[in-house]
Amino acid sequence: MPRISVQTEDFDLGAEYRRLCADAPGAGAVVTFCGLVREFHAADGADEVQELRLEHYPGMTENSIRAIVAQAEQRWDLLAVTVVHRVGVLRPGAQIVFAGVAGRHRGETFEAANFIMDFLKSEAPLWKKQTTRDGSEWVDIRDSDRKALLRWQAAGE
Amino acid sequence: MLRIHYFASVREAVGREREQIELPANVATVADLIHHLRAMDTGFERMLGEQERVLVAVNQAVAGDEAAVADGDEVAFFPPMSGG
Repeated sequence: MPRISVQTEDFDLGAEYRRLCADAPGAGAVVTFCGLVREFHAADGADEVQELRLEHYPGMTENSIRAIVAQAEQRWDLLAVTVVHRVGVLRPGAQIVFAGVAGRHRGETFEAANFIMDFLKSEAPLWKKQTTRDGSEWVDIRDSDRKALLRWQAAGE
Repeated sequence: MLRIHYFASVREAVGREREQIELPANVATVADLIHHLRAMDTGFERMLGEQERVLVAVNQAVAGDEAAVADGDEVAFFPPMSGG
């Protein structure tokens, strides 16, 4: 059973890593990804982010993350998976999302973590609202994130 | 009864988080429900005009226009996701 949590509290990377190791005896690889709130909105360093507010659909968010993890588990031989997503108000530099995968080999374990993050961004009902000096705005899904999904479709055929 | 939820920019545009309505006799699909809400509520109509794309979930699963809507269902309207 994967561990899935949508929570306001911060998480401890070390504790999550140790839990994955404990849940996956025989693992040869553990990949952990941690997403942070960016300090700047634009690539040129303009628009300093003051806060990020994350909204979710309680129940559906957890279920859709569970479905994404189930797809990854069908695709690769995984031993343990953890996904933690924070919601509420977050400051720049704060941890926002954790995805951890324990598997038998490095290649498939990295792939699975990447797959989970790609789908999490566009299929789990979570929305970001960003506040900069110019005011607040909802964040759109990026074209690069949309392309990331097409890559998995092509690979699955 | 039908429970309706609104999230993120859709929630702000409609001006409320959730509501309950009696299932109208002429509503059997998502498309029918949208038609009904547009006619009933100027906030909903305005929201559809403002939003680039609105997604719908029926009982917490993303659904298309032709998906069935029945008494007791939970329907949600929201913009494309932006988590991660």
